[in-house]
Amino acid sequence: MNWTATAVALLQVLVATLVAPLVIGITRQTRARLEGRVGAGILQPWRDLRKLLRKETLQANGVSWISSIGPIVVMASSLLVAALLPLISTVALPFVPDDLFVVVSVLLIGTVAVALIGLDVGSAFGGMGSSRHMMIAALVEPTVLVAVYALSIPAGSSLLSSIVATRLDAPAVILSPVSLLAVVALFVAVLAETGRLPVDNPSTHLELTMVHEAMILESSGRDLAWLELGSWLRLSALLGLVANLMIPWGLATDATVLALVVGTIALLLKLTVFAAALGAGEVFLAKLRLFRVPELLAGSFVLAFLAVTASYLVT
Amino acid sequence: MTIRIPRTDSRHIDRSRLVAQTQALLADGFKVALVACHDDGDSLRAVYVFTASSPDRRVELVVAVPRDDAWVPTLAGLSYTAGRFEREMRDMFGLRPDGHPLPQRLVRHGHWPQGWYPMLHDADPNPDFGEHPGTFPFLDVEGDGVYEIPVGPVHAGLIEPGHFRFYVVGETILRMKARLWFVHRGVERLFEGRDPAAGIELAERISGDTAVGHSVAYAMAVESAAGIEVGLVDRQLRALLLELERAYNHVGDMGMIANDVGYGIANAHAQRIRESLLRVNRAVTGHRLLRGAVSIGGTQVRELPDETLLLSITNDVAELAAITLGQSMVMDRLTDTAVLSRNKSLDLGTLGYVARASDVSVDARVDHPFVDLGPDFSVVTEQTGDVLARYMLRVREFEVSMKVTAHLLRELNGSLGSGTRAAPYSAGSGLGIVEAWRGTLVHRVELGDKGQVTRVKVVDPSFVNWPALSMSLADTIVPDFPLVNKSFNQSYAGNDL
Repeated sequence: MNWTATAVALLQVLVATLVAPLVIGITRQTRARLEGRVGAGILQPWRDLRKLLRKETLQANGVSWISSIGPIVVMASSLLVAALLPLISTVALPFVPDDLFVVVSVLLIGTVAVALIGLDVGSAFGGMGSSRHMMIAALVEPTVLVAVYALSIPAGSSLLSSIVATRLDAPAVILSPVSLLAVVALFVAVLAETGRLPVDNPSTHLELTMVHEAMILESSGRDLAWLELGSWLRLSALLGLVANLMIPWGLATDATVLALVVGTIALLLKLTVFAAALGAGEVFLAKLRLFRVPELLAGSFVLAFLAVTASYLVT
Repeated sequence: MTIRIPRTDSRHIDRSRLVAQTQALLADGFKVALVACHDDGDSLRAVYVFTASSPDRRVELVVAVPRDDAWVPTLAGLSYTAGRFEREMRDMFGLRPDGHPLPQRLVRHGHWPQGWYPMLHDADPNPDFGEHPGTFPFLDVEGDGVYEIPVGPVHAGLIEPGHFRFYVVGETILRMKARLWFVHRGVERLFEGRDPAAGIELAERISGDTAVGHSVAYAMAVESAAGIEVGLVDRQLRALLLELERAYNHVGDMGMIANDVGYGIANAHAQRIRESLLRVNRAVTGHRLLRGAVSIGGTQVRELPDETLLLSITNDVAELAAITLGQSMVMDRLTDTAVLSRNKSLDLGTLGYVARASDVSVDARVDHPFVDLGPDFSVVTEQTGDVLARYMLRVREFEVSMKVTAHLLRELNGSLGSGTRAAPYSAGSGLGIVEAWRGTLVHRVELGDKGQVTRVKVVDPSFVNWPALSMSLADTIVPDFPLVNKSFNQSYAGNDL
């Protein structure tokens, strides 16, 4: 079982990594088409990655080892998240529990690594981006914890694989008020965590408004490739989690080849739909004023908190 | 209604009387419109142009000073704009404003050789530029948690160069200091010695998006200097071109402001509409930026714009504005952001939409008209002075522009203009005042005894308006700056000649 579980986790990591740039590509392309633009095509993020990987890595003067290690840490934390989350199957890794606290901690490692890279280059933009990023992270993490906690109550376990498996067994849970509140709260938190509208504008060229982009402004070549892929992978994995919480069907519950093939196809379909929906949704959104972001995140925290409260009252 | 451009009342005075005369003029409702310095060999001559509206009046105070004792009493205490002009004269000609309260360099960069004044006739065109000797005297702002953010002059997007120094606490801006002047091309110097007709193409290129504004102002200044009369049809065509220029620029700005708050779809459609307007421009003048229609003494176009097409574009713009302002997040970003109060606006002498958005009604189409624009023309003003006001002003001005265009098209009745090309043959000086899309634009031209251009002074409204950006930023947060900057959208090239 150990070996199959590991193989399944590796499959998840492989699929998620291959698909992550396409998820971004679909999001951007949907948005472009809906805005009446031609768009660069869904393969553009892959082309960008290929270009960056071939380029020489230049570092700003006076940076420390943080700037060299950081991109790898970011990439590693995203890979680990992809391995831990129940994306293709609910078969859990035996040696690292896919407990919600573990997942949130692993996410936080990536968050902090990016913030340190922003600080390490010593430019005004990097520091600005890091401070905004940490402000957002501080507001997002509690929401994620509380939302997933609310979801864990019906399952009686804080293991994400058990939560998703429970929903697959008893789909009525999905439409309960507790679950809806928690999933909405989680989704807002995911948008903030991955730097999408209305919290951050991933397509801006305006240094002073940036959050995520400001921190990686001085990165180049391979470093930038890992940072970009790491953040895309994180978005894909979290979107996959939200998708599986809302539509758990298709998820493999055992490690047979057929179940895994079905699970992979189901994941691809869900991600395509969610990525397109994300792109379509962003067309109608503008970016919030920075000081309104806490209000949005406080709102999502309240939803998550209500979900927890309701789960004790409604059952 | 016939409109005649008034003659400029030129008074030669001694520098000792400058302050008193200026005080009298300002008390009489005049404003400083332009200050130009001239190298007359042994002496330097400063010309202070004052204008007043209703009725249109223009007065010049001419002060000559010997070159080895080159100073004038400063007017900075009377007019902020005059103080900026004085710093420019000092940097370009070495004419010292005596008692100036803010005597830092303005146009001059640190690596220029000591005592090198590029506008003097004997200035070495290729001086020995040294190393940059250090920093510009920015402000010193101190206190707990105050820090500086330097931005630019090279930016991430395709925009002109400007260095902005922010002094912030957390995300809140305490002060902002803009250091511009990275695009100095010596345009005024390039005019010197040209045939007046050859100056048109240069004027069209002073600031790419104001080709008509600058070329009409230049042509009017030459015509006024040489006493050339321009026919009614040609003047109406010039007014038409000015409105077309305003239209495409305002639509572009509406999109860019929306884009800066992340509302990309409004930008995509604004740029689509702008593109249709640029194609109208190409059909009208043969050039997308409306170059090539204005000549000294006349105007000629290839065809007149199609009124039904303009009407459908007008409807498109109205819909775009409704969609943009209907988005509550966009409204939240624009409302109350970077307020420029009416008093500050008046103190700084701002022009154009920046002034009108702060409820200051300045518009050369009323103050210094050169043709009747019909009954539908009115000056649009907004009260609040925030980004929303500057956005709304563009929306409403676009509407008025299209009405004025329709009126002019009816008046023109298919006429394509005379295309008169007159040539001045005697000396003289003249003023051209035009309401370009950014605001009141003034050119002052001097012609030599064979009719050749000896000096052109250009004042783009950006020169006057840039300080207003810094003033409006107090208590604004850093991530809102790009939005605010876009709502002002001042020219870097028009500012730095």
